[in-house]
Amino acid sequence: MKPLLLRGGRLVDPSQKLDERGDLLITGGDVAGIGGQINGPEEADVIDCEGLIVSPGFIDVHCHLREPGREDVETIATGARAAAAGGFTAVCAMPNTDPVTDNQAAVGFIVRQALRAAAARVYPIGAISVGQEGKVLAEFGEMVGAGAIAVSDDGKPVASAQLMRTALEYARTFKIPVIDHCEEPTLSAGGAMNEGIVSAHLGLKGIPAEAEEIMVIRDILLARLTGGHVHLAHMSTKGSVELIRWGKERGITVTAEACPHHLSLTEESVRGYDTNAKMNPPLRTEEDIEALREAVKDGTIDLVATDHAPHHYDEKEREFADAPNGIVGLETALAVVVTNLVEPGHLTFTDLVNRMSCAPARLFNLAGGSLKRGATADITIFDAKARWKVDPSTFLSKGRNTPYVGMTLVGRTACTIVAGSVVYQYLPVQGRTEMNRVRG
Amino acid sequence: MTETIGKDLLGLESLTGDQIRLILDTAEPFKEISERAIKKVPALRGSTIVNLFFENSTRTRISFEFAEKRLSADTVNVSASGSSVSKGETLVDTARNLEAMRIDMVVIRHSASGAAKFLADRIESNVINAGDGTHEHPTQGLLDILTLRDRFGDLKGRRVCICGDILHSRVARSNIWGLTKLGAEVAVCGPRSLLPNAIDEFGVQIFDRIEEAIDWAEALNVLRLQFERMTAGYIPSAREYNRVFGISRERLDRANRDILILHPGPMNRGVEIDSDVADGPHSVILDQVTNGVAIRMAVLYLLAGGKPELAEAAKGGSARGREDRE
Repeated sequence: MKPLLLRGGRLVDPSQKLDERGDLLITGGDVAGIGGQINGPEEADVIDCEGLIVSPGFIDVHCHLREPGREDVETIATGARAAAAGGFTAVCAMPNTDPVTDNQAAVGFIVRQALRAAAARVYPIGAISVGQEGKVLAEFGEMVGAGAIAVSDDGKPVASAQLMRTALEYARTFKIPVIDHCEEPTLSAGGAMNEGIVSAHLGLKGIPAEAEEIMVIRDILLARLTGGHVHLAHMSTKGSVELIRWGKERGITVTAEACPHHLSLTEESVRGYDTNAKMNPPLRTEEDIEALREAVKDGTIDLVATDHAPHHYDEKEREFADAPNGIVGLETALAVVVTNLVEPGHLTFTDLVNRMSCAPARLFNLAGGSLKRGATADITIFDAKARWKVDPSTFLSKGRNTPYVGMTLVGRTACTIVAGSVVYQYLPVQGRTEMNRVRG
Repeated sequence: MTETIGKDLLGLESLTGDQIRLILDTAEPFKEISERAIKKVPALRGSTIVNLFFENSTRTRISFEFAEKRLSADTVNVSASGSSVSKGETLVDTARNLEAMRIDMVVIRHSASGAAKFLADRIESNVINAGDGTHEHPTQGLLDILTLRDRFGDLKGRRVCICGDILHSRVARSNIWGLTKLGAEVAVCGPRSLLPNAIDEFGVQIFDRIEEAIDWAEALNVLRLQFERMTAGYIPSAREYNRVFGISRERLDRANRDILILHPGPMNRGVEIDSDVADGPHSVILDQVTNGVAIRMAVLYLLAGGKPELAEAAKGGSARGREDRE
């Protein structure tokens, strides 16, 4: 592997409190030098990073790659390439596949497919319960041994408090977080959007904020009871933020994520019955967005995750109540965060890198999240000023379902590097013959 | 005055007060056609209309069919059972197939909120919403309003209370939008478990007790209680509903003045409304049914491009052919 020199970028690495212009040298897949002017070896490939931000690679702890089971919608390979295009050097794949990723063989399959894809890293998340049926605990130990980095029944809430308690206790042996999809199922049953004035106008059954918040406080209390690490997926309400703050103030091991769409869009997007605005948890109100932005800023929400959920285009092309939940997010996440949180001044780029790289690496105990000398060279280079119009036909994901279609966003990936190898690039590399080559 | 109501009639929320008045005014001359011995005029001669009913309906479907036939349109009825829909065809494919047969209008009844808009966004033909899920039922709202207008004249400041299951009622929503746009004062009354949580943001009064609603109202629009609401746990029983919210002669007599009684049908006698009220002197329930045909004729005529001021004359000619004669 040839050495790689990233020349003249703005190095943003909160792990070493760094935000300055300088070079970065990669040799043998690791960061060999950072800062100032570096005279790399003669044979090194050089990437001109003038005007670009160079940061530890983004890590998405929440995406749905649909393989095995729905390879027509997404595969691990297309998902890993889409991730790389979005600036993610690693993503964590949720286990609600078909069959469910609830045993070591299924976990091993994802690990192997990810290696073949050779794009962004893909870490499997195992199921909490066998078949995600909420009854019998899956084999956490064997799944972790095969490569799982967390457990979750995402897509379905863990309805039984006793099962959640046991999962949090049992997961302590393996030091992995238990990720919960917070939704009180009897309260949300049949719901298609946020409950409020818009659902009342449209005649759609609503999901009240309380359906999420009841489970948020339940999980926080169970984390207190068990000492386990609960990670709350896709937080969407102001009340959830207040409850998480309450838990953190008491030293309870609770962490949480928010998705770009919950930080930028409201229930108003559903008017006109646009199924691209249908997801679970649903888009909420302006007040919720404000609380979530504040929480991302102050760390109450630890990280930003995409909940990337591709669907076949004609599955979304139907009556609102019958359309599936979820949108693709890997290729728009960076731009949505820059446009809606950094540009208006809610976050700095240091905050952004913290929430999208350092925090997920730290909390999920993953490689990356730092550009310190000797660290694995998982690196994202992005243009914080580039304006582009969202055109789903250009996505590397097989999914096209996005509410951002046609919008002009700011910020896009220039280059994604995993273990010293370029897996996505949108700019030329001196010394290479192939331009804009995407590996894999 | 606005001269058009647009390509489709999807709901009353998106219409202006003027557009609603236009439909009501256009319905007036059409009322008379149904009183004739030969109930047919050539206004929509040559037009093809599909009545696409994915949900059971007797009254609305028959009313539309009469309206279409009395305007001389060619009509086809499609119901969900016995069609390709029951074989798993999606709504979008059904729409495309209808469009490919070069039809002029679709009247759609569907159990999903937004289904009429979904169809309207995808086909060139005019789409009339004949009830979509729990969203809107605009022609029902219009015929209720026409019936009220027949009795009250101007609706400005008139007090109308909608009683019952507001949460699941498309009729309630269309009435609320239509009546408020015409300046009426609107209230709702029903168990809180059957009112939307955000009802106070609709700009309507809320009565928890039916007695208070009767004290206040000049007209009551009594909604049908769907029996599946009991199995779903919204209310305990039909018997208790009748005792707490039922419209009885005794309750009305206490108000000591005439209160107009409407019901969109079909009625559950002895549940939301007692028989002596439904059959009583202040009930306009059958007038609603009669007005339904006129309202639907007006909507069909206007969407087909008919000029409202020519509605009277159109009774002797064709809306679509009108351009040729000018």
